[in-house]
Amino acid sequence: MSEEHHSCFHCGQPVPPGSHYQAVIDGEARPMCCPGCEAVANAIVEAGLEDFYRYRTENAPNPAQLVPEALKTLDLYDRPEVQQRFVSGEPEEREASLILEGITCAACVWLNERHVGNLPGVLEFSVNYSTQRARVRWDERQIQLSDILRAISAIGYRAHPYDPHRQAQVQQRERGRALRRLAIAGLGMMQVMMLAVALYAGEDQGMSRDMMHFLRWVSLIIATPVVVYAGWPFYTAAWRDLRQRQLGMDVPVALAVGGTYIASAIATVTRGGEVYFESATMFVFFLLLSRYLEMGARQRASAAVENLATLLPALATRLNAQGEETQVGVAELVPGDRVRIRPGETVPADGEVLSGTSSVDESLLTGESLPRPRQAGDGLIGGAVNVESPLEMRVTRVGQDTVLSGIQRLLDRAQSEKPRIARLAQRGTGHFVLLVLLLAAGAGLIWWQIDPARAFWVAVAVLVVSCPCALSLATPVAMTASTGQLTRRGVITTRGHALETLARMDTLIFDKTGTLTEGQLSLARVRPLGELSAPRALALAAALEQGSEHPLARAIRAEAGAPPSVERLQATPGCGVSGEIDGVTYRVGTLAFVSELSGIEGGAVPAATPGTSPVYLGSGEGMLALLELSDRLRCDAKATVAGLQELGIEVRLFSGDDAAAVSRVAEQLGIQQARGALLPADKLAGLRELQEQGQTVAMVGDGVNDAPVLSQAHVSIAMASGVELARNSADMILQSNRLGHLLGAVKQSRATLRIVRQNIGWALGYNLVALPVAAAGFLTPWLAALGMSLSSLLVVLNALRLLRGEKPASAPDREAGVSPLSPVADNEGRPG
Amino acid sequence: MEILYLLIPIAVIVLAVAIGALIWAVRSGQFEDLEGPAHRILMDDDDPRIPSRRREDTSEEDKDRST
Repeated sequence: MSEEHHSCFHCGQPVPPGSHYQAVIDGEARPMCCPGCEAVANAIVEAGLEDFYRYRTENAPNPAQLVPEALKTLDLYDRPEVQQRFVSGEPEEREASLILEGITCAACVWLNERHVGNLPGVLEFSVNYSTQRARVRWDERQIQLSDILRAISAIGYRAHPYDPHRQAQVQQRERGRALRRLAIAGLGMMQVMMLAVALYAGEDQGMSRDMMHFLRWVSLIIATPVVVYAGWPFYTAAWRDLRQRQLGMDVPVALAVGGTYIASAIATVTRGGEVYFESATMFVFFLLLSRYLEMGARQRASAAVENLATLLPALATRLNAQGEETQVGVAELVPGDRVRIRPGETVPADGEVLSGTSSVDESLLTGESLPRPRQAGDGLIGGAVNVESPLEMRVTRVGQDTVLSGIQRLLDRAQSEKPRIARLAQRGTGHFVLLVLLLAAGAGLIWWQIDPARAFWVAVAVLVVSCPCALSLATPVAMTASTGQLTRRGVITTRGHALETLARMDTLIFDKTGTLTEGQLSLARVRPLGELSAPRALALAAALEQGSEHPLARAIRAEAGAPPSVERLQATPGCGVSGEIDGVTYRVGTLAFVSELSGIEGGAVPAATPGTSPVYLGSGEGMLALLELSDRLRCDAKATVAGLQELGIEVRLFSGDDAAAVSRVAEQLGIQQARGALLPADKLAGLRELQEQGQTVAMVGDGVNDAPVLSQAHVSIAMASGVELARNSADMILQSNRLGHLLGAVKQSRATLRIVRQNIGWALGYNLVALPVAAAGFLTPWLAALGMSLSSLLVVLNALRLLRGEKPASAPDREAGVSPLSPVADNEGRPG
Repeated sequence: MEILYLLIPIAVIVLAVAIGALIWAVRSGQFEDLEGPAHRILMDDDDPRIPSRRREDTSEEDKDRST
């Protein structure tokens, strides 16, 4: 297959031209797209698990997201105070539950089980493919939990422990109860139905009275547990509705089931009249089935959200007067504390730098895409990430007074003021139910005058035929089908109204940094300023930057091949690096730093393109090159924006980044309305303005600064790569971080709304015809039950049309080394 | 037709047994993972599931592979 040579054998992403990564799998050299995939593929081969590539039906996840910092924090999981929250058992047999991320097909399960199961000291490791959870038991005398987690990341997956006592057990109990009820209802319904067929046939062909009586008794015995035990949730829900003076769908359901059962039971005991146990049991079974499906979708969504939350406590390194370190919880910090922040760690509170020079990444807080230099005396915002070198800070504000809490307060206010859009499903339900109840009572009363014996059955027929079933199924089944479909495609719905609101939205606001862009710097281009060719300049710059963890340095290293060797490396934080290569001293870094060595010949140095960050390279000879780095657009951003505009949605851009960078991105994507340099409060004001104009607004964002807006928007989508605060404020989460899935979600939501409308239309139309017929007494309850079942079935089948569609894509977004012009990888799984 | 008076109660007993079996299956976690086992049966050497045999088997495995 020619495609093999253009896409990574491991994750299926396109291989950037000129890439040299490869791994030998089954005796054949296979191309790899990035060092991450290469390392993972080699780890798999070395462990003797090459079969993985033969078994797999989907591409493996791209491991590029495994940043070294994340691996460093794994050691925290070995601490007893952290472990007590999720580990149980004796030292020789500890047990924990893990969430595994990146399971795309059954081969991933096999690979993880084999790889981890073979580690000395691991007693048991089993993965649940449906829930992507794993249970691990290990012997602490031989292996530590962090080693197990590291072994999992070595083969390209991410695992973190979770606390199964919180949600998982509650959900498991709920599932078990629902399944038991469903089993009893299903089996009971079948039996009662068989007996009912016999009874109907007996009516026709003359069955002995005794036999009929016997069959009715048996039906009563079987129907009792179904109606009483399996149908219990309906009665409690109906009772709750009545107590709150509402009329939900559960009221007529409970009335119809309870009424039919009681009347039939009386008829059985007194040997009078017909019995309709089959209607009651069928009713219970259908409704339970729909609710079970709904619950499954809901639990899957909440489990997927749980995947995003890690258990690591927020710890800070506090220094006492002698400079000794102690680890304390962030909550214990008080103003005046001295805290050490290592590279990669998060600033625990607001404060100021005491010593050290570094740069901090505030992109998630402010939307600022470039790290900003910080030195002694500068302020620090809690929640920013230290990127370069260790800092010592003095805490000045904690808890309620921090910038982060201020945003949190904005968020709370936004949440309480969130405008609601009336929901299609709930509108009119109460009125409809009231109408049906009145009609049933009216029909019963009228028939009481005509023929008292039939009055009750006419009322029941009206209740049953009105099919609260079809109406109450109309929305949930469609929503469930769509939610499941979207979850499979990497869009998790966390709030019930999200799909419906998404279908009606007409304005979509994007955040820029981390949403439309990848939120990480990458090399845009190299401009030679002297004799050096661009690739050579890049190689030199990469060589000088090899020891630095600054995002600029990492971006430069990612694009370069094997760097030449360097001597006398010397880093000046906030400025750059100098070093000697082949006897020549070079400097790489800011213009001021490099020109100290190179000198600037009057205006020979071009300014960087607006919206990019420049890195200069120079030697004693003069300036050699200008490397421009920018936060690259996600590869499917352009197509997504164009697709949304095609659907008639107005796309806007609100960002906290500086106006130049914002307008550049807007221009590239064809977004007309873009605003930059916005504070969280400004974003909120801009959104309210749109809402007051009567537009239904959706927001897509990832940062802390987006959280209030996400809460206030009619419907909001957060990137999974964003901060927890943003994810918690959003109605939907883009688990895959692929904007293309957002477009799919909008289309899917519109299809869902269409189906829901069809279903409700059908249910109402059917009722218009059936209700008068039933009230006129032409319908026996069993005919009514048949009508009800058929109409429910139709509604369900109609909703199942939503499950058709493309196969879900598997691999997450690329994070390194694909040129922005390359086509979007279509990660359809290939049999490996 | 009198035989029905015997057969139908038997059917009810069978029904009760079936419900009991289902409830037992739910309790013992057989519905926890509905997809994994179907794939697992196709994978080779799934002996990580058998802790006692695991050590020896896998070391031989590795030898086989490396030759």
